[in-house]
Amino acid sequence: MRLRQRPPIDQGAVPWLLAVALATASPHAENLPPWLSLLFAAALLWRAWLWRQRRPLPPRWGLALLVLGALAGIAWHYRSLLGRDSGVAMLVLFMALKPLEMNTRRDALVVVMLGFFLLLTHYFYSQSIPTGIWLLASCTLLTAALIRLHGGAQPLADIVRQAGLLLLQALPFMLILYLLFPRVSGPLWGLPQDAHAGRSGLSSEMAPGSISSLILSGAIAFRSQFAGEMPERADLYWRGPVLDSYDGLTWRSSAQQTGRPRSAPAIESKGAQYSYTSIIEAHNQRWLLALDLATSLPAGATQAPTLEVLAREPVRTRSRFSFTSSVDYHVSRVEAAAILQQALTLPEALNPRARALADRWRSRPPARIADAVLSMFRNEDFHYTLQPPLLGVNAIDDFLFGTRRGFCEHYASAFVFLMRAAGVPARVVAGYQGGEVNPVDGYLIVRQSDAHAWAEVWLAGEGWVRYDPTAAVAPSRIEHGIVAALPEGEPLPGIVGLDVDWLRQLRYRWEAANNAWNQWVLGYNPQRQREILSRFGIPNADWQSMSASLAILCGVALLLVTVWTLPRRRRADPAQRAWNRYCTALARRGVTRAAWEGPLDFARRVAVERPHLAALTSEAARCYAGLRYGQGNSEQLLVLQECVHRLPARWRKNA
Amino acid sequence: MRPLPSLHRWLFGRHRDEQWPLVLGQRRIFIVPSAAGLLFALVLLVMLIGAINYDLSLGHALIFLLAGLGLVAMVHSFHNLFGLRLTPGRADAAFAGDLARFPLQLENPRRQQRRALDLSLSDQPVVTVDLPAEGRATIALPCLASRRGRLDPGRVTLATRYPLGLFRAWSYIHPSWSCIVYPKPLRTPLPPASPATATDHRQGSAGQEDFAGLRPRQISDPTRHIAWKAVARRSDEQALLVKQFAGGVSDELWLDWSLTPTDRDSEDRLSILAGWVMLADEQQACYGLRLPGQQIAPAEGSVHRANCLQALALYATGEAQDAA
Repeated sequence: MRLRQRPPIDQGAVPWLLAVALATASPHAENLPPWLSLLFAAALLWRAWLWRQRRPLPPRWGLALLVLGALAGIAWHYRSLLGRDSGVAMLVLFMALKPLEMNTRRDALVVVMLGFFLLLTHYFYSQSIPTGIWLLASCTLLTAALIRLHGGAQPLADIVRQAGLLLLQALPFMLILYLLFPRVSGPLWGLPQDAHAGRSGLSSEMAPGSISSLILSGAIAFRSQFAGEMPERADLYWRGPVLDSYDGLTWRSSAQQTGRPRSAPAIESKGAQYSYTSIIEAHNQRWLLALDLATSLPAGATQAPTLEVLAREPVRTRSRFSFTSSVDYHVSRVEAAAILQQALTLPEALNPRARALADRWRSRPPARIADAVLSMFRNEDFHYTLQPPLLGVNAIDDFLFGTRRGFCEHYASAFVFLMRAAGVPARVVAGYQGGEVNPVDGYLIVRQSDAHAWAEVWLAGEGWVRYDPTAAVAPSRIEHGIVAALPEGEPLPGIVGLDVDWLRQLRYRWEAANNAWNQWVLGYNPQRQREILSRFGIPNADWQSMSASLAILCGVALLLVTVWTLPRRRRADPAQRAWNRYCTALARRGVTRAAWEGPLDFARRVAVERPHLAALTSEAARCYAGLRYGQGNSEQLLVLQECVHRLPARWRKNA
Repeated sequence: MRPLPSLHRWLFGRHRDEQWPLVLGQRRIFIVPSAAGLLFALVLLVMLIGAINYDLSLGHALIFLLAGLGLVAMVHSFHNLFGLRLTPGRADAAFAGDLARFPLQLENPRRQQRRALDLSLSDQPVVTVDLPAEGRATIALPCLASRRGRLDPGRVTLATRYPLGLFRAWSYIHPSWSCIVYPKPLRTPLPPASPATATDHRQGSAGQEDFAGLRPRQISDPTRHIAWKAVARRSDEQALLVKQFAGGVSDELWLDWSLTPTDRDSEDRLSILAGWVMLADEQQACYGLRLPGQQIAPAEGSVHRANCLQALALYATGEAQDAA
């Protein structure tokens, strides 16, 4: 086997690595505790002095003590070692002390890799244009350090030129990757369960199955922290889009039609006010999932006519919003006619049996009708399941009189349909219900699996009143969450039972791996990338076309770089070519010029071995020697070329 | 044992190279990411996860730039070897225990320099060489000559990690070269000179002790025989003078196998003989060598010494003895 030796570091590379440390860590000084910046500067100066004096490096145990002490300091300063800022501080600490134990080339590589990491962490604090320029400059420096490390001593200009060349050639790859690399919108641990559900979170329409696919995801939708008391779990209805338009299959938000500016809705709060802050994961929609019903809104947000709280822009990054809400309220005792009209609209000629049932209730007061529907759900053979049978064209009829199995979307949908058919304004509200308190930090965590749909009915004199038909079927869904509500044997969202046999475990794992693959590879088409790609003439870019163009373009770029750096073969000059042709022709006749043989020597030998070629060869050799070693002129070249042509044509063939 | 010997043979197990100069083409150059390259890839992956998680657009740009840098570095590592022309030279003989040196000429026909080419014979020290643009260099590859005989150093590994150390490109060159390794000389006093075969009247007198006169120096005369005093006196003269000694017909010094201690093993006895050859050569004695089944007539000079040492080196190695 090969000798496994760690090559020691070239001492000439040390200043480069110190420059790397300085360039990558020093911009962090403004975010670091001052003592750490001082430690960094001192460590670097110490290392530089040791290098200058050619002294040995300090012992490892000393450095270990220093690291431990500094880590304690960082932990004390940030109150934690786990976190973005303390992480950066630790990287700077390692960058300060690693050069002090930099003995081998491998240690030096670790310094450069740390440098790459530190470059990335700059973007936590700033992503401005100067930072971008700093990126290129420091990348050049890091590349130069690697070249110095592996290429040995060479002039500074050579190193910088080579580093610049490499980066210049890397730029096309960066552009291609930046444009076409299938982007994942962070954070990674809040990803959609199903690529077809689009982004993680509720969508503005409720088609069959859209909520159930969401429910199977354990991803976090948002976290909330209450300033004081928290409402009862059964009151935790987080309002998402209001779906008030139904086409027989899908419930949609009609905000486009009715969303004209309007005065704030009249809310009369009856009970306690709850103040809380939500950190909402990016879901690329405007609604902010406030607790029903928000009485004060974060800056810049508005309350839609249908009472959901909307941000000015879609939530594209994890963002923080503060609200105050009341869970006991009257709202919109006086409602706009257009909204009430929208809340009564049903598609014609669908679900005749449900319409007939509702017609029988028309004479009753609206609240009694709602009670009648709920008691039907409660007392008749209705079941809560996430795996409902498929429904036909008359989906409501099939559900009410046929399958009778479903979950929140079915119950809310059927309830609202019946209410509207009975002449009571009603609408579906999508959102989340419940959440779980993380005992560690006290945040209420609401996951995609808490996605829910319920109903609102407008009662004269009372305004919009919430009815949750799911609660009639499965009260435990509201009181204890989805896991408690599901019948045994159904796959549980986010949680897998422990008493399953290993084969099922394996299957779950395999399915999870498939799922992860779908999410990671198929799922990500963040909107911005689509927008840019469609501007470049790639509308509706999916990951296949993006990856394919990525691969093709990278391949082409690699080919270009290869050709660019290909050793350029020097074309022999005309005199050389003519002489080579002459010698090749003679070699074909058995007189081969040896590699060491000069032209005049060769001509003398030819004169002996092939006397009839003596004159011609000596002429050619004389011209060539004159061109090669003397002053040379164009006449000699012509004579030499003429000599080649005076050889019999069949000797020169393929020469 | 190497894993997958057949694969290894298919990939690397070439015949000896015959055509010189050998031009490194893409079929001869292998390239894989080095440990540093794998670390780099891992760092990029972790950075990518971080950039995605914190939604850092510039972070993405940095990572993609570095990924491009990795690809470009691969091309450059490959081109650092591609097109290189190599010609092996003849290795001089060495003594066992010393380093034999195998010369190899490298020629860079292109207009860019090549840097940090690591050359080594298997399990031997690495020689690193830089080649200027359109330049050439001849390096001597060291190979420890562990035992006497004919040394086949095996193939040369030509590797490079330049420019960034992320990839290791390498190629194998297998010239059919070898060198003679003489036995390690063991210094013992010379055996007594035996009477010359044609016994003459000048018994017992050593040929180098009786001063007989001066004569112009021949090129083969050792410097220590130059009569410096005489030369100094006659500074106008062009030719140096050497002291001539009587005893041109001296006793024949036979370095005989049978004179070596019989209780030593044959390698030691060869070493003793090699030591005698060295000693006799230093004393400019006229000596012959007798080995079982082989005899080299008494003579002196460096060619004779080389013949004797080669005979000792190849003794009983199964190679045909041409010097007899």
